[in-house]
Amino acid sequence: MTILEFTAVVAVVSFVAGLLGSLTGLGGGVVLVPLLTIFFHVDIRYAIGASLVSVIATSSGAAAAYVREGFSNIRIGMFLEIATTFGALLGAFLATRIPTSALAVIFGAVLLYSAYLSRKPRPPAQRILPPDPLATRLKLNGSFPDLGGERSYNVQNVPSGFSLMFGAGALSGLLGIGSGAVKVLAMDQAMRVPFKVSTTTSNFMIGVTAAASAGVYLSRGYVDPGLSMPVMLGVLGGSLLGSRILVKAETKSLRLVFSLVILFLGLQMLYNGLWGKI
Amino acid sequence: MPVDQAPVPEVKQPARSQPRSWDDHRIEVILGNLLRSGVMLSAAIVLWGACIYLSRHAHEPADYRIFRGEPSDFRTIPGVIQSVINGRGRGWIQLGLLLLIATPIARVAFSIVGFALERDRMYVTFTLIVLAILLFSLFGSGV
Repeated sequence: MTILEFTAVVAVVSFVAGLLGSLTGLGGGVVLVPLLTIFFHVDIRYAIGASLVSVIATSSGAAAAYVREGFSNIRIGMFLEIATTFGALLGAFLATRIPTSALAVIFGAVLLYSAYLSRKPRPPAQRILPPDPLATRLKLNGSFPDLGGERSYNVQNVPSGFSLMFGAGALSGLLGIGSGAVKVLAMDQAMRVPFKVSTTTSNFMIGVTAAASAGVYLSRGYVDPGLSMPVMLGVLGGSLLGSRILVKAETKSLRLVFSLVILFLGLQMLYNGLWGKI
Repeated sequence: MPVDQAPVPEVKQPARSQPRSWDDHRIEVILGNLLRSGVMLSAAIVLWGACIYLSRHAHEPADYRIFRGEPSDFRTIPGVIQSVINGRGRGWIQLGLLLLIATPIARVAFSIVGFALERDRMYVTFTLIVLAILLFSLFGSGV
């Protein structure tokens, strides 16, 4: 393939990944690395570098739209970013040390877990919980606009949420993904932050987390301009379009299709990693 | 995009958290717009670099099978600036990507100002920690 053909095809694939990722809320970065490594035979380190860059673009590009709705909680985000950025830095240094086949296996496991998580029904909205002393001291409790007016919430289990966030950051730095699924898990399930607040706050955190490992990737030569260019522009374009049509689209069946794609790619990554093909 | 059309809820509430969450929200809106402008500017620079790069190398073979790592022109800040001065397309692309990495860092830096205006020392400290980690990654790791 010539550079022109390669750039065009990668841009189109990235655009579709960004569009589906934003429509389903599962993120586009998670499918890009397997697609690039399995179908385009790109070395996984270049793929991770390009994906990480696109993760920053989508997170920052969507931030303005999310913020206007008034769901995100800047204090929860900033407090937990201490954990995610530290984890991301560690993950990025680890990524330069461990063999690529191990990276592929970890990636496969994360994909399978994301596919499982996306099919798991969400528990119904929780009742109002009593305030937690640590969360209150850290000023994490807040409120958000809901159907019946402003609804306030009390954050729980701060230490376990913080540790999960460290793990989310490490995965992000190791694999070049946003790991939004783990971030939402930490906030939604462990800290009992309302789902809408979790997803929008997580979107904000993803960009900052990715920036923490991007410096390491750049200086180690993982960020190739020729590859990152179509990936970043494609994913950004797709996700911006996705956030515009999100309201009208029927996302339920789309979500099913996309999680099947994630499942398939996860099995491929596991197979290729275990048999040493990556 | 009108910044001041944020929904200001006028429903009965526990008065406790009200003024704080509104201030937070206003800061967030400003920062959100800052982030989007940064991303759009960096996308434009990357696109400009892509035009130069593709006009020169379009018909060469693409090969990313073997990891070689980037030459220092494309992985250090002085190297990137030098290759932009030399008019290289890939230099422009890397400059756009550097700007992209800088946008979330700028958001964190501006958040410090926001928390300082609210006289929230605890969160000024938290934000400084995050900023230190980000700056270490960008400058401490040898970019």
